[in-house]
Amino acid sequence: MNEQSVSSQEQGTQRITLGKAINLGLRRAMERDPKVLLMGEDIGPLGGVFRVTDGLQKDFGSDRVVDTPLAESGIVGTAIGLALAGYRPVCEIQFDGFIFPAYDQITTQLAKMHYRSRGKSQVPVVIRVPYGGGIGAVEHHSESPEALFAHTAGLRVITPATPADAFTMIQQAIASPDPVLFFEPKARYWDKADVDVTAADQVLDAPGDVRAVVARAGTDVTIAAYGPSVTTALRAATAAESEGTSIEVIDLRSISPIDIPAVAESVRKTGRLVVVHEAPTFLGAGAEIAARISEECFYHLEAPVLRVGGFHTPYPVSKLEEEYLPNLDRVLHAVDSVLQH
Amino acid sequence: MFTPGADGVNAPVGETDDDLIQLLTPDGERVHHQSYSPRVDHLDRVALEGLYRDMVLVRRFDTEATSLQRHGELGLWPPSLGQEAAQIGSGRAMAPRDYAFPSYRELGVVWTRGVDLRSTLHLFRGEDHGGWDPNEHNCHLYTLVIGSHALHATGYAMGVQRDGDVGTGDPGRDRAVVAYFGDGATAQGDISEALTFASVNDAPVVFFCQNNHWAISEPTQRQSRVPLYHRGRGFGVPSVRVDGNDVLASYAVTAEALERARSGGGPTFIEAVTYRMGAHTTSDDPTRYRTRADEEAWRRRDPIDRLRILLEREGTPPEFFTGLENEAEEFGAEIRDYCHAIPAPPIERIFEDVYATEQAQISSDRAWLTEYLAGFEEAAS
Ligand SMILES: Cc1ncc(C[n+]2csc(CCOP(=O)(O)OP(=O)(O)O)c2C)c(N)n1
Ligand SMILES: [Mg+2]
Repeated sequence: MNEQSVSSQEQGTQRITLGKAINLGLRRAMERDPKVLLMGEDIGPLGGVFRVTDGLQKDFGSDRVVDTPLAESGIVGTAIGLALAGYRPVCEIQFDGFIFPAYDQITTQLAKMHYRSRGKSQVPVVIRVPYGGGIGAVEHHSESPEALFAHTAGLRVITPATPADAFTMIQQAIASPDPVLFFEPKARYWDKADVDVTAADQVLDAPGDVRAVVARAGTDVTIAAYGPSVTTALRAATAAESEGTSIEVIDLRSISPIDIPAVAESVRKTGRLVVVHEAPTFLGAGAEIAARISEECFYHLEAPVLRVGGFHTPYPVSKLEEEYLPNLDRVLHAVDSVLQH
Repeated sequence: MFTPGADGVNAPVGETDDDLIQLLTPDGERVHHQSYSPRVDHLDRVALEGLYRDMVLVRRFDTEATSLQRHGELGLWPPSLGQEAAQIGSGRAMAPRDYAFPSYRELGVVWTRGVDLRSTLHLFRGEDHGGWDPNEHNCHLYTLVIGSHALHATGYAMGVQRDGDVGTGDPGRDRAVVAYFGDGATAQGDISEALTFASVNDAPVVFFCQNNHWAISEPTQRQSRVPLYHRGRGFGVPSVRVDGNDVLASYAVTAEALERARSGGGPTFIEAVTYRMGAHTTSDDPTRYRTRADEEAWRRRDPIDRLRILLEREGTPPEFFTGLENEAEEFGAEIRDYCHAIPAPPIERIFEDVYATEQAQISSDRAWLTEYLAGFEEAAS
């Protein structure tokens, strides 16, 4: 074993999946703060239907990793109460489509508690939601409802695209004094990458807005994406490169707030913007970005901002999801369109 | 033997549970019950053979669908294995004019409503979100969001009341509704709200809860500290606990509840105690949360075996059973052929039926996709 690998071992770099990265992030947060507890359906002995909480009940006990009754409003409602009592609950919603029984608690209570108590009551609740399509699932298991929550003031909405970010961001979410909707790109749970599992601590010192990052630098077109669509955007960048087009990919990481300055900085350089997400484009995050960029970068834009995303329909049957989702071809098509201006 | 949960939530079907309605033991012995036995008196041997056939064919379908999923023909399948008696017994107690609101594991119920079971494959193959015409069979589509449809069933029953189809005494007119859901579902707010609405309105609805002991990996004790049928009582809804692996008892208690509902006596809550012999769905791994021994213990209480013992004792000839075996074989082959032949849905299906009338956003999204796809065809030609 050479010295380098010894030291990277010490730094704790591991090659792990995105799901495992969240698991390790949860574990570290629980080790760091005894007030952190996990609650959800089937998260105990089963480890969650995606195994994200695998082994945690065994190690932290059933008081801190709680298999709840089958009731999402109950999960979030009691999490709010636990937060008022000084705990930091991390709720797992089994699938995107099953968050709606809790919608009332999230929008009328969780989002507004700090505001209406004039800051006296903090509710640091994290709600983890596996979201997005592409896994061949039945109805209610492939949705992207993030815009509904981003539209509600008082909630932070973030979503990692890589194992390293998943590891760090789940800990940021838990450290945040604000409620956080943490959307997990379920089609990417099995993506593997090197993660420095000792890295997170510094970002926890300054809780607040999660910033966008440049996932790939480029000069001709900017693609802004988040969650499961970042991988699609990166593939588009690779494909376009062979045709001589240099694409810059911005991984937004946060949907509320949206890091508009980061997008604007890129657009001032490229003059062209495509926004990609799986959620319907109608009144979605891309619409907000397009509006803001046209306000702030009007004189830099060489083409209208284009959106690539879901249609204004319920999520279709899985045999048609390929046609519905913003796939590589559709992203490249939009890139070609903005370049034609 | 089975040790009852200390709190009685999962008290076993048997001696320790005086409230449990059972008309047929796991050994195929008839049990006399003063109020419920008369409800199955009219079921002669041929009728019992019919119930047996129902259960055998439904199980065959379920086995076939499970294996189709294993072969990649279905995305998912939720096995109903072991729950046939609860589903067939309650379903056969319904009249065609009654209305069923199934959850997603109610293969037996759907069968009793006359739905071609093969239509259930479409949803799990990812071709359709439904699969049959609910109005044709008085059987709503499967509902995957736990508990929601109990409210729909209650509302439908309130509609039946307003139609004046309750308490007329005319057996060709009075009708009722059955809502099917699981033990896990009882924790959902929607179920409590449904019981409240049904109760205060005397709605003609029967809440049929199959306690199959598991909500995915969570045992019933995670949902309740009291036996589930006590839930109904708190809402002022008459409640019974029945051996859900006993097709006769399941039939009898549902028949009674339906009669009460149709005659204007309001809702009933039925807890049918059964066991999910298979995985939650084909994606699930039960070895992570339960033991083989548990499964074995319940295998000895199989709903089909016990009726077979009774039939054999009551003189059903061996030819009936061999004939049925052949029928089940053929049925299995038909299911496979049908599944393989389901065509892929056309792309336009994405946009169809989102609204009942033309809608501008849909039209523009559809036009965009059509033009986009045409671009590929042009490029190819
Ligand atoms: C509102 C909602 N939350 C979560 C789920 C995910 N889920 C599907 S089935 C299930 C367990 C249901 O258990 P039970 O009600 O006992 O019915 P069973 O599956 O045993 O027939 C869960 C949690 C869901 N479908 N809907
Ligand atoms: Mg159950």
